[in-house]
Formats: sequence, C-alpha cells, structure tokens
Amino acid sequence: MPLGGVIFITVFVSIFGCLCLYLGRTFGGKKPQDNVKLSAYECGIPSQEKKETRVSVKFYLTAILFILFDIEIIFMYPWATSFKDLTAAGLGAYALIAMMIFIAIFIFGLFWEIKSKALEWD
Amino acid sequence: MGSDAFEITINCIKLILVFLLMVQAVPVLVWLERRGSGFIQNRFGPNRVGPLGLMQLLADAVKFLTKEEFSPKAATKLLFYAAPVFALIPGTLGFAAIPMGSPLHWGNYVFPIQGYDVGVGIVFILGVSSLGAYTILMAGWGSGNKYALMGALRASAQTISYELALGLSIVGIIMMYGSFNLSEMIHAQQGTMVFHAFGNTISTSWLPNWGIFYQPLAAIIFFSAAFAESNRLPFDLAEGEAELVAGFHTEYGGFKMLLFFIGEYGHMMVASGLMVTFFFGGYNIPWTTTEQVYQWALGLMDSSDGASALTSLVHFLSYMIKLGFFLWIFIWVRWTLPRFRYDQLMDLGWKTMLPWALANTIVSAIVIFAVSYSW
Repeated sequence: MPLGGVIFITVFVSIFGCLCLYLGRTFGGKKPQDNVKLSAYECGIPSQEKKETRVSVKFYLTAILFILFDIEIIFMYPWATSFKDLTAAGLGAYALIAMMIFIAIFIFGLFWEIKSKALEWD
Repeated sequence: MGSDAFEITINCIKLILVFLLMVQAVPVLVWLERRGSGFIQNRFGPNRVGPLGLMQLLADAVKFLTKEEFSPKAATKLLFYAAPVFALIPGTLGFAAIPMGSPLHWGNYVFPIQGYDVGVGIVFILGVSSLGAYTILMAGWGSGNKYALMGALRASAQTISYELALGLSIVGIIMMYGSFNLSEMIHAQQGTMVFHAFGNTISTSWLPNWGIFYQPLAAIIFFSAAFAESNRLPFDLAEGEAELVAGFHTEYGGFKMLLFFIGEYGHMMVASGLMVTFFFGGYNIPWTTTEQVYQWALGLMDSSDGASALTSLVHFLSYMIKLGFFLWIFIWVRWTLPRFRYDQLMDLGWKTMLPWALANTIVSAIVIFAVSYSW
C-alpha cells in the first residue's frame, strides 16, 4: 500500500524541483558570458589543477569499512524485533548467546581495524 | 493507496500537504535561525523588512528567483542540474513516513495523519535518508571544481561513518518495542510510566512513558549522529569556509542553492521527528493516552467523527511543538559549539560513538533478558 504513495511523492517532488529550476532560468535572465566567468571557482588566482584532482584513498577505505559494518548492523535488526518474543517463549538465553557471539566478532573486527590504523587521519 | 477514488484522492492531497509543510517550514526556520543567531551573538539579525523582519523571507525568495542562471564550463551539466532536484527527495520521503497525529476515523475510512504508514518505518527512513550521500556526491562531482569535489568526499565519508552509530543506537529501541513500525512505538509510549520487571509491574504517576527514560544513552548517540547526518555544525566539515569555500555547493546559486537548503532542513526535520518519535512519545501529549484525549474531545463534539478529527488536531499540534523544540536545539547548537577538525570527527564517530552504541545494545539485551524472569 505505501509503495504507491512513495512513487507519487517522488514524482511530485521531482516535478516541483524541475519547476523551480525552470522558474530560476526564466526570471534569472542571462548575462554575457566570458571565459573567466565560466571557469571553475578559485580564490582569486588562475586554477592550478584539473577537476580530476587527486584525493586521498582513505575515503575509499572508509566506504569499504562502512559497508562491512553496516551489513553487520543490519543483521541485528531482525534479531532485535523478535528478541522480546523469544524471551517470552523461553528462548531468551539462546537468542542472547547467539547474538553475543556475533557481537564478539563485530568487536574483534572493530579493534583489528583500529589496531591496523585504518582509521587514522593525518 | 486506498480502496476507492475518494480515499486515493485524500491520500494524494495529504502527501502534497506534508511536502508543502516541509517546504513552508524552511523560510520560517531560516528566519528563526538568523534571528536566533543574532540574539545569541548579541546583535539583532534581520529586523528591517516587515514586522520582526518576517517579510525578509519573501524578499529573499524574490532575490533567489532573480539571480542569474549559471553553470560553469567544467561542470557535467546533467549531474549539476539533477543534484538539487534529488536533494529534495530523501528529506521528503523520510518526513512523510513519520506519524504526525493520531489516525483520523471518518465514517468508514481511517486516515493516518502521515504521508504513508510503512510497516518497516525505521528501515525505510534510514534507507531513504542515506540517499542524501548520493546528492552530495552528484553535486560535488558535477560541479567540476576541486573544492566542491573535496567537500563532497568529506561530507559523504562523514555521513556514512555516522550512519553506523545512528543505526546501531536504535537497536536498543527496536528491542524494547519489538517493532519497526513507528505508530506502534508511539502507541507504546502513551500515558505515564509503567514497566514490567522481575514479574512485578512498576508504575509511576509523575513520569511520562517516554523512550528516553529507558534508553538515555541511545538518545544522546542518536541525536549527535543526526547532527552529522544532516551536515550541521559542529559537524559541517563539508563546508568548512576557511578551507573549502562552501563545500559541495560552491558553484550553486539562486534557486538551485535554495533547493539544497530545503534538502538540508528536510534532513533536520526528519532527525527531529525521529527523535520525538523514538524518545519523546511521538504525537502524544505527555502523561495522557490517545484514548483519554478522545474521550475529552467526545465531550466537546457531538459526533464521533468530529471528536476523532479534534483528537488528531490536538495531537498534530503537540507533535509540532515537540518538533519545533528539537529544531531549535539544532539552531542553538550551531551557534554554541565550534567546528571539529576532520580527524577528531572521524575518531568521534568510529572510536567513541560506535563502541558506546554497541555497549548500549549489549546492556539493553542483557537487561531485557534479566527482567523477564520473575524472582
């Protein structure tokens, strides 16, 4: 049932955004362009670098680590929803120990990551 | 979306109203922010245009509208123009999924006072709000400017790092309520505090039954991570003026800039709304239940339809007051705390907040397990 609403509002918002851009273009007008004006913004001096400037590989590493940990966290969600039910059904000890083993691996991973200096920024 | 044409129409109108509410809140918040920051810094802020400077919003909008449309030569045109439009989407989708009032019973129809009631509300909102990282990257890459690109990389690395702490801090909340659904969470938080421990029922009459009393650490972690998620000070490294000019929106101006603004404030509203929903009883009036408010409304109105409408309205106002309070905290913190350095920011996210959120999860699980036994 909510899918229709999600699609509807996404389309509506996109149209709204495009309309805003169109209005800006219509009322904003266009003044003469030259090469200096069209160049990428720089603090008063000619730009020294191309747009494909070098960036630190740390960002890439952070993204990879994020995916690993995010997937581990997502696995905790279904467990969390049913934990109270499991406790009520007498399976609480089993559910708790199972998740504690999983979290122990998670903590081990986190410590390994800190130890291997993957999170050091300089 | 509904079973017949009437219900579908109402639901569509409701979605548009939720979106317009979000868009309309932005000028008011901008005014509040400028005015509030003025008073915090011992100056006046905008006070010339209209009463209390309120007309400043309109003047700003006209100014935005008449700015020259401009895109730099190095820009990738498609990404450059698509980014501000996409910036609106995460905030809107998230905000529409948060309940803003008790469901309205009208004849045979039941209208939830929210955009749409998603069964897995939390997962949906976390999912769509993390789409914000794509907007930032699109803007940064599409601008063809090294400052924009560096700002975008920083912002997206920061957003995803804090998403871990954000996602983990609410595991305790999910465990406590046993559901992903936001309406069920709000339902569990009405009235005064009652909890079951060791086979006994303990109730107080002086504390509302709010999540923050059960999960205070989660509330702190969640709210701080929400600041980082919406790129607000003290975590707005994306646009550290001293080093990166304006970050990913360096090359934007006019209405394109305004759309980014709406997106950012939309993120703030989603974060505040979730804060209210998880920890402060949602739309409920403190110390009362939905049923009590309905009975009070039934005394004022003749029909049950009218009473239901009045109940929804009262709850909507209650939600708005709570939401406004958290939005004000966002603004307040901005002018109180200085900006972090980038390595401090990443250390805080990965080495402090993530372990604490993990500890909160473990302790919550053990406590919930322990109190389920009667001694």
